[in-house]
Amino acid sequence: MSGPAPAPPIRALGLSHWFGEGEARKQALHDLDFEIARGALTVLMGASGSGKTTLLTLLGGLRAVQAGSARVLGLELAGVGEPGLRALRRRVGFIFQAHNLHESLTAMQNVRMGLEVHGRQALANWREGCAHLLGLLGLSDRLDYLPANLSGGQKQRVAIARALIGNPEIVFADEPTAALDRDSALNVVDLLKRLGRARGTTTLMVTHDSKIVDRADRVLVMEDGRIVEDSGTQALAWSRPIAPRRADVR
Amino acid sequence: MTAAAALERLLGRLPLGWLQLAHNRVRFLAALAGVAFAGILVLMQLGFMGALIASVRLPYEHMNADIIVSAADMNTLADGAPVPRQRMYEALAVEGVAAATPLYFGKIDWKQPDGAIRTLDTFGVDPAARPFRTPGIEARRGDLALADAALLDARTRNAPKGLFPRIAGGETYRFEAKNRTLTVGGLFELGGGFVTDGYLIVSDQTFLRLFPQRAPGAPNHILLTLAPGADAAATLARLRAALPAYDVAVHAIPEAIAREQAYQTTQRPVGIVFGFGVVIGAMVGVIIVYQVLSTDVADHIKEYATFKAIGYPQRFFLGVVFEEAFVLAILGYLPGLAVALGLYKLVATVTGLPIAMTAGRALVVFLGTLAMCALSGAIATRKLARADPADLF
Repeated sequence: MSGPAPAPPIRALGLSHWFGEGEARKQALHDLDFEIARGALTVLMGASGSGKTTLLTLLGGLRAVQAGSARVLGLELAGVGEPGLRALRRRVGFIFQAHNLHESLTAMQNVRMGLEVHGRQALANWREGCAHLLGLLGLSDRLDYLPANLSGGQKQRVAIARALIGNPEIVFADEPTAALDRDSALNVVDLLKRLGRARGTTTLMVTHDSKIVDRADRVLVMEDGRIVEDSGTQALAWSRPIAPRRADVR
Repeated sequence: MTAAAALERLLGRLPLGWLQLAHNRVRFLAALAGVAFAGILVLMQLGFMGALIASVRLPYEHMNADIIVSAADMNTLADGAPVPRQRMYEALAVEGVAAATPLYFGKIDWKQPDGAIRTLDTFGVDPAARPFRTPGIEARRGDLALADAALLDARTRNAPKGLFPRIAGGETYRFEAKNRTLTVGGLFELGGGFVTDGYLIVSDQTFLRLFPQRAPGAPNHILLTLAPGADAAATLARLRAALPAYDVAVHAIPEAIAREQAYQTTQRPVGIVFGFGVVIGAMVGVIIVYQVLSTDVADHIKEYATFKAIGYPQRFFLGVVFEEAFVLAILGYLPGLAVALGLYKLVATVTGLPIAMTAGRALVVFLGTLAMCALSGAIATRKLARADPADLF
């Protein structure tokens, strides 16, 4: 006998957002309603200024929800305080367009920072976990390199490893493969899809990269703060829940 | 074990502050030099202040007395109106006082062969009494009975080269002062201060010949010794009751020392200048460390914003900034202390000032350096508010 369907990790209802005040006040998001299934790789597309980034920052708990509802991993973000947002951020991973690596930390240490936020217990066997993940991203021979000695693509892969090392339940990514060559980009996407299958990691990614769009489970197209196209919410055969385990990225 | 590993063990996390500082070595060394400079500035000012305090204490400590009676308006040994000799006899009549002797004070210029002039604080004493316990004075006190005989402070600053060994070898030394020829037949050790190069001891009769305007019935101070077993506090109280307060002030020697030290350090320009020096040194340190830390925060604002997005709490960032502050404090203080120790030695040699490092002072300045760096760190952390993770997208 099957139980009730698990709640989707991301659900937006009437989500709106504005920037500015007075006459300069401009609506960036208009009454968005959507759900994203667990384990799916969802791509957000749209022209610059269409509201993709605003949506990503709202769902990631980096910006306060002004109107409507955004429920992420069971937490209603409207009205939630900083401690709640911080707790949410520890359960998700962010991949930014800029790598923002610490120049004084090696690749291993930068990745470790993604683990250290979870406390000392998370640091057990950190070397093995970080080295393995960097190896999956093709950086096994760059573990102890400082960012200054890595190429742009290598730095971005270190940043991706930093986002994934804590076994996030959702990955929010903004053009994560912009600095990567074709093979590296596909490798990253495959890794995210494998995580989706193995652990149910949900990925919401802003990208214009057609090779990623081709591999996405779902594509949302935004225009002027509205979702104008949705490729569909097809059921994902492999989206059954799997209990996540830290430092167990395989 | 490397410094980073030791800090990691201590902090239980990556020593991000240390790694950031060590990564930019030029800036790190400049910051350490700045902290060291501030430390040296403060240590030197406190050293001078300490020397001032010690130099005030020196002549009192050599007095063979328990109580000193001075003019009511007296602030230092060197100032104040003369005291009527009559007060000495009145003091002697007070229960608990065993002996009393007058002490005359004046300044003479000692012209050197090269034309330079040294100032000697000159005490006129009764050779029959025992006003000082200094061995050199005690041994040759009888010689002072001879007209124009004098004993010279062997620690007088910038004396003619080889003079003191010759006097110590038995040679007499004559020099002119106040139109008289003084004959130095012996040495004692006391040491100069900020307002004098050294000391000279003569008899009261010689003193009055050197300072003919002074009257024998009006010494500068009266030194009293207590009778064996006498209660010092009770005797002081009796003396204060017996002697008119409008005319004279009565102090136990430690009281007189504390009073003059307070006066020299809080009311005289030299003491106030040293106090300002300490404050300015600390301010220089705060500004230097703040500049380093705030620049470091500004340089890493995007990385900090990334960590905020990951879920690091504000206390993590404060921890990193304070880690940097304390690393700068500790590593900047140590070379500063080493340089200050060298400078103390140099100053003591060149000036003869009683300047010496004490463990207490070294500790206080170390704690002050920590506080200074912590304050700078606290100010610098305000810039962390600019690390907004929403700006990263």
